[in-house]
This record gives sequence, structure tokens and C-alpha cells, in this order.
Amino acid sequence: MTIAENEKEIIEDFALFSDWEDKYEYIISLGRELPLISDQYKTEDHLVRGCQSRVWLHADKKGDNIVFTADSDAIITKGIIAMLIKVLSDQPAAEVAKNDLKFIDTIGLKEHLSPNRSNGLVSMIEKMKLYAHAFSSGI
Amino acid sequence: MNENCFDTPATLKNSVHDIRKDFPILNTQVNGKNLVYFDNGASSQKPQAVIDSISNYYSTMHANIHRGVHTLSQRATQAYEDARVAVQTYFNAAHSEEIIITRGTTEAINLVAHSFVKKGDEVLISGMEHHSNIVPWQLAEVNLKVVKVKDNGELDMDDFKSKLSANTKLVAITHVSNTLGTINPVEEIIALAHQLGVKVLLDGAQAVPHIKVDVQKLDCDFYAFSAHKMYGPTGIGALYGKKDLLNAMPPYQGGGDMIKQVTFEKTTYNDLPHKFEAGTPAISEGIAFGAAISYLNGIDWTWAAQHEHELLAYATEEIKKIEGVKIIGEAVHKAGVLSFVIEGVHHYDLGTLLDQMGIAIRTGHHCTEPLMQRFGITGTARASFAIYNTKEEVQIFIDALKRAIKMLK
Ligand SMILES: Cc1ncc(COP(=O)(O)O)c(C=O)c1O
Repeated sequence: MTIAENEKEIIEDFALFSDWEDKYEYIISLGRELPLISDQYKTEDHLVRGCQSRVWLHADKKGDNIVFTADSDAIITKGIIAMLIKVLSDQPAAEVAKNDLKFIDTIGLKEHLSPNRSNGLVSMIEKMKLYAHAFSSGI
Repeated sequence: MNENCFDTPATLKNSVHDIRKDFPILNTQVNGKNLVYFDNGASSQKPQAVIDSISNYYSTMHANIHRGVHTLSQRATQAYEDARVAVQTYFNAAHSEEIIITRGTTEAINLVAHSFVKKGDEVLISGMEHHSNIVPWQLAEVNLKVVKVKDNGELDMDDFKSKLSANTKLVAITHVSNTLGTINPVEEIIALAHQLGVKVLLDGAQAVPHIKVDVQKLDCDFYAFSAHKMYGPTGIGALYGKKDLLNAMPPYQGGGDMIKQVTFEKTTYNDLPHKFEAGTPAISEGIAFGAAISYLNGIDWTWAAQHEHELLAYATEEIKKIEGVKIIGEAVHKAGVLSFVIEGVHHYDLGTLLDQMGIAIRTGHHCTEPLMQRFGITGTARASFAIYNTKEEVQIFIDALKRAIKMLK
């Protein structure tokens, strides 16, 4: 599936929720399902510091595609990471670098990506894009 | 002199029902629920009188202060200086020029770190300090000594006594901990320090919303506080300092208002308090600070202390019944601050879900990272109470907490 198709699927999932509780329960369940980053990458080097929650991110190359694994100590942060990974991972690095992640806004989770939320997500997305740039330009 | 425009009302308020009516924001809906505001430690809400004061100032008397001969400037100057006197009276300082108006606690501490100590001086702080009572001393390159915090969140007074000596230039300690709620034994600290001729600065940021402070009775040398935590506006606060100490200290910042005469050869400085107040201040906020003091003068403080104590006691009792909750900070003497961690639940997740239920608490390290390290945690969830909070709100919070934990575990 393409990035756009992945986004569409998440937006459709969220359209089913009538209240905040269903929505957050779903995000939490996504967080629980997120395949963990392997322990060797759960290090200072891979740590994206947020002052509320911490995020670990690792990127691998698979042909022209970029594959992300990540983890967080907060489950809601982790659920949002799971969505980002579902949308962006194993996609062409050049496409990842270009994506504007509008779907987060569409599903009403924009506040989680505000810099002053300090949950590490903003820095994580910056890092994902940096990796994608680097991979697609062959650095 | 004209009468001070910040009078004390005739009758004192002692009903939370009446007090809530004074705070319009308490009627706000958040995520479709009635707001429960338990983030008072970060900043309290403002009564209508404070809000009106700002708008009234701009509508009727705005002009720059201290220099104009025209009517508006004189009106504004009078109101601003009345506010200073209101603060002086409220804190029972001996002289109005002992109240230096600053941007808040942070600037007050930075002022002392800049002008009272010099590189290499020994300064004794504690392990429960807010970053704003740590970093200014590091910038001043003093020799920092840190008093330990006990497991229950009280200051280790034995450690204090062993670290305090005649070589200490200044003890700079928080009156009330923003993270633990601990009320420190400041009378004892001041007495011990003074026996050795050591001066004491108290960070009063978290004390002033809960305790009616009398600086002369305390006999502290410096007292720093922010208006926004005591129902006043943001961006304003004060440093109380004893006159002889302030007089002996060099200015902090240079600019207008703080000088007597300027030539390129030599500049002479203005008298207290203006020596430490360079530039055009936050005039409307200063005046509204006076309005906040006036509002507090109308509160029955015996009632308020009892009310906040009851809220804390009730919240503590109820939260203890929830499995996996650990309170961080169980000092015998505590202000209305309840910090806790929950086994298997991250504070960020908790804060997020409570917000969905209309409840504002604070999560994270509360600008006390060394204290988090001391307790081996990355953060806590913190509910902090104000005079307008109710027992019903505590109940809503406890129910919401249980619901959030159920979702997260
Ligand atoms: C104990 C303590 N000290 C200092 C400060 C800093 O106050 P301000 O940011 O108003 O200068 C705070 C504010 O959170 C505090 O809680």
C-alpha cells in the first residue's frame, strides 16, 4: 500500500469512533501492538528526548525503502508512533521525506504533535524525515 | 499622599461558593466537560477584579510612569506605586523600597545571583529546588552545596546543619516545594543561618498562594515570589530584600529609570527600589498585582488554609485507596500539592486522558530534574489546589483517575 492509502485507512478507522474514549482506547491498543525496537537500538544514540515522554527511533534501508522501528515509555505516544510507522515505514525514502502527515490533524490528534507538548513526537518526525532525506539522497 | 487605591474590603470571604463566582474561567468547558483546574502550582486563575484592573488601566490611565508631568503619567505612576505599597503591606515589609518589582520569582533570584554573590562564593541550596533556584547560581559560578532531601520529601536538617558554616555566603531555599508540597522549616533555617551571620533567600513562589507571609516576622533577608501564582497577572512579581543589603548591592540591569545622572564619564544610580528596576516595567501587570493583593486581603486566610488542607487531606486519602499509586512527597507539613506516580502508567498518558475528561493537572519533572533523579523517576503527575477548588472536584478527579488507569493498564 502507498502512503496515501495507509493514511486513508487510518482516517476511515477513526471516523468510526463516536467519543474520545473509543478513540484513545484504539490508540492505546495500537501502542501495545507496536513491534518493539530491538534492545540493541534502545540506547542513548537512538533516544529522542521529550521532556514528558521519551522516544527511541531506528531506521533501516531496504532497497529504496526506509523501515522504521520505534518505542516510547508512554503508551499514547507509542500508539501515535504506531500510526506514523504504519503510514511511513517500508515506503520509498523519497516519498517519506516529502510527506506532510496531514492525517494526524484529520483524526483530531494534532495537539499531540505540537512542539510544546514535549512528548518527543515532533523531534521524532524530524528525525524520520532526516533519515528519509539522507537515504533518498544516498548519503 | 492620596489614599491607596488598593483598599482592604470590609468583610472577609470564607465560602468557596462565593469565591468561585469571582473567577470567570471556572465556567469554561474543556472537551465538553466542566473544567476542573488542578494546575494551580503552575499558575492560578484570576479573579474578575484582576482582569478588570488591566482593562481599566488601559482604558483610563495608560501612560509611561515615573517621568511624565502630565496627568495620565501621574495617575499611572500613582497606581503603580500604590501597588508596591499594597505588596509591602501585605508581606509586612518595613519599607516600600524593599519591594523590588521584577518579572517574577525567576528574575528576583537572578537579581540576587547577579548582585549579591560573586564567583566562588559558597551558596547552600537544597535538592528540591526549582531550576530557577539552581541555574542562576550556576551562571554566577558560585560554589553550590546541596542539602539532601529525605525519602518522605522533607529536607534533611542534619545535612543542612552539617553543610551550613560561617563560610556560607547565602542559603537559598524554597519555602514550599512545587513538586512535593513540602513546607520547609524556614524559621529554623533562618535562625541557624543568622547565628553564623549567613544571609537567607527564600523562594516563595509556591508559598505565597497558600501561606500569608510576614517577611519581618520570618526575618528572611530576601524573599522571591511571582504574582501569577497568587491570583495575579503573569510577567510580574517581586524581590523583597532588606534595605541595607539592597543598598549595598550593585545594580542588576542598566537603562532608564535606574539612574540619577548619566554622563559618558560617570553614571550615578538611582535610589531603591528604582536602582534595580531598569526600563519601562510591566505597568498594567504591576497595577493588577495590586488588585490581586487587594483581592487576597478580602479572603479569610484562616478559612482558606483550612479549606486547602481539607482538599489535600481528602485527595490524599482517596488516592491512597487506588492500587499502584505512590505519593511522592509525604512531609508532615504540606501545602496543597499532591504529586504521585502510578505503577505501570506513564504520567504523560495520564495527563492526556484526564484532559479529555476536562481535568487539568501537570505532568513531568516540574522543572525539578535533580529531585526526579533523587527519587529515581522521570516525572510525576501533580494535582495542586487553590482556594476556589472544591471537594466535588476532587471526587471528579479521583473518578477520572480510576477511569484513566483502567484504560491504561
Ligand atoms: C518553587 C518555584 N520556584 C520558582 C518558580 C519560577 O517562577 P516564575 O516562572 O514565575 O518566575 C516556580 C514556578 O513554577 C516554582 O514553583
